Amino acid sequence: MQLELSPADAEFRDRMREAFQRLVPQEIRDTVLEGRHLTRDQIVESQRALNAEGLAVPHWPAEWGGQDWTDLQRHLWHEEMQRAGVPIPLAFNASMIGPVLAQFGTEEQKKRFLPDTANLDIWWSQGFSEPDAGSDLASLRTTAVRDGDDWVVNGQKTWTTLGQYGDWIFTLVRTDPEVKKQAGISMLLIDMTTPGVEVRPIELIDGGHEVNEVWFSDVRVPGDLLVGEPGEGWTIAKFLLGNERVGVAPVGATKRALATLKATAGDLMDDPLVRARVAELENDLLALELTALRVAAHSSDGAPHPASSVLKLKGTVLQQAVSELALDLAGPASLAARADDESPQEGWARRSAPTYLNLRKASIYGGSNEIQRQIISRTILGL
Amino acid sequence: MDFTYDDEQQALREAVRGLLKDAYGDHEARRQAVASDDGFDRALWGRLAEMGVLGLPFSEDDGGVGAGPVEIGIVCQELGRVLAPEPYLASVVHAGGLVAAVGTTEQKADLLGRLSAGEIVLAAADTSPGGRWASRADGVRASVDGDAWTLDGVADPVVGGEAADYVVVTAALPDEGGTGVFVVSADAVTRTGYAAADLTRAASVTFDGSAATPLGEPGRDLSESIATISDLTRIMGANQALGVMQSQVRATTDYLKSRKQFGVTLNTFQALTFRAADMYVELELAHSMVEWATMTIAGGDREVVADAADRVGLAIARAGRHIGQEAIQLHGGIGMTAEYAVGVGTAHLEVLDQWLGNAHHHLTRLASRVTDHELVEAV
Repeated sequence: MQLELSPADAEFRDRMREAFQRLVPQEIRDTVLEGRHLTRDQIVESQRALNAEGLAVPHWPAEWGGQDWTDLQRHLWHEEMQRAGVPIPLAFNASMIGPVLAQFGTEEQKKRFLPDTANLDIWWSQGFSEPDAGSDLASLRTTAVRDGDDWVVNGQKTWTTLGQYGDWIFTLVRTDPEVKKQAGISMLLIDMTTPGVEVRPIELIDGGHEVNEVWFSDVRVPGDLLVGEPGEGWTIAKFLLGNERVGVAPVGATKRALATLKATAGDLMDDPLVRARVAELENDLLALELTALRVAAHSSDGAPHPASSVLKLKGTVLQQAVSELALDLAGPASLAARADDESPQEGWARRSAPTYLNLRKASIYGGSNEIQRQIISRTILGL
Repeated sequence: MDFTYDDEQQALREAVRGLLKDAYGDHEARRQAVASDDGFDRALWGRLAEMGVLGLPFSEDDGGVGAGPVEIGIVCQELGRVLAPEPYLASVVHAGGLVAAVGTTEQKADLLGRLSAGEIVLAAADTSPGGRWASRADGVRASVDGDAWTLDGVADPVVGGEAADYVVVTAALPDEGGTGVFVVSADAVTRTGYAAADLTRAASVTFDGSAATPLGEPGRDLSESIATISDLTRIMGANQALGVMQSQVRATTDYLKSRKQFGVTLNTFQALTFRAADMYVELELAHSMVEWATMTIAGGDREVVADAADRVGLAIARAGRHIGQEAIQLHGGIGMTAEYAVGVGTAHLEVLDQWLGNAHHHLTRLASRVTDHELVEAV
């Protein structure tokens, strides 16, 4: 038992701290730290800057740009990134399809896609959820039918985050309707410029355009864009969703958000009730961070750590709780949610209601918190 | 950074767990022990001494083992798992800790040597009736006449005070001179024992011109050391509470798997398994805080340890309310009975928190400092 980082890990952390400050422009980092929206170009610029120094996809295999780091080092990388306000490398690329292709892809697929995926030269979208397949993903109905060497895809995906920027989309499609529902699913990579692909925006309660519907009408996909074997899609999806043990909970970003709120709250920080709420949140965040460290410091076999569900569940709840505090501190100023920049109300206060509403998603996506409770009660407690 | 126990620490845990399982694996044995005159098992106390457990915190020069906080935490966790009523926290960690912190070389060798050997039991008296976690004494006053010190006043609750051979007392020094620490023989005080809600024993101790020996340099204000030992005791109390909660979560999941209603086991009902999952979440988060707070002690920085004590005190109190209440609720009626360990564990969690510092106390302190830092740093 030892609390301090080893000299090597402390040096590693300092190196990360320095690199993030140096590589990513202040303007982009300020945008993140103040909770404003990033443009597509800012996200791309940031990831390319990280990738140039091998800091975009450290968890990938070394031959495809990964780093031979320990889980603790990856945790430190992830935390320092959030602390510096550096946008996390696009999850669809860095955390989802990249590791999947590295594990299940053909040599040709790896060469074709991985370097561009790491560098965000290709922007990936995720085509998993459907109107009738949310947490029950295996019920998906989008079909792919064999025609010669090609697949012909028909159906609809939904909740496709930032799909308006997407170049390619990795999809789960039903290739065999005759077998057990999990066994009939395959993964197809689809060029979003292919005729028959249509992206339609969904307006959310925060007023933003973050997610989309993606429609497929007789979309023709070459056979070499199927990942793994036909029918292997469910296995691949489980790998993809369980792949991350580091970065499950947005610890650093939530800590930053609370620190920023404290700094902007002014006289409100004299209110003893506000002080108590902040102190309680800081304590809960400390417990979360320490648990993330315990998970990171303990896992070495590459398998998902069961406590990941604890991190996801509590991490999202605390992320939401900080947004609730911001909204309460903003008070009437929060009504100016859609006022323009000429508004006399402060920016953080104007953003507080949309942010609060937007973050309700956090306990729904990536395996809803009810799914996490199911995992804990079954896998950990054996209930 | 390392959150794992080394082989020796693991061996200590196994040894203590084995001994305590023999003693209190059956909750009925605990019921008998708390009903005895001492309120705990003297024979078990002797075996803990033989294993070196009573001398863990003290240096070898003082007759102890010279182990670190992690080892002491392990013992406290194991005591908590079986709700052991032995006054380890009160006698060894708190009272012994005070002697080790402020006593002279001779005093330490004498008192800590005998404490480590199991020959004497100590109790710490630092709370006046109605008092609340102050390092500045107000219920007991010290007077001096030449070299002879005497104490007057009442301390209550004094955990383990009934069975103690010596009481280690914090007392207000003459002329607003701060707070000193004294050792008083049990013969020199009047004690009225009682059971706390978890059936462990405490006492009201009255000093009436009681002859007292100052620990360390006579007349010196020792408030700072007293506060630090309270912080250490708070952290070790959190270790003990962690053990209680681990047992409660295990007992509750076992019960959900075995208890049948409506012809099926209770784990059929998602309303119950989800609540068990939430208990586990709180347990793991509290566990992280306990390990962290215990590890901060080795750094030797008083302020860091004081902050860690507040943080773990708040965390463990919140988790204890959640887990303790849900453990009873998910068991149903059986959880309400004194013959079943789960509900008694909930009582024990409350006694630990109200004795050592509850959520309100720690949150008040944390809130007072909340603008002193930008971020809370874990490492």
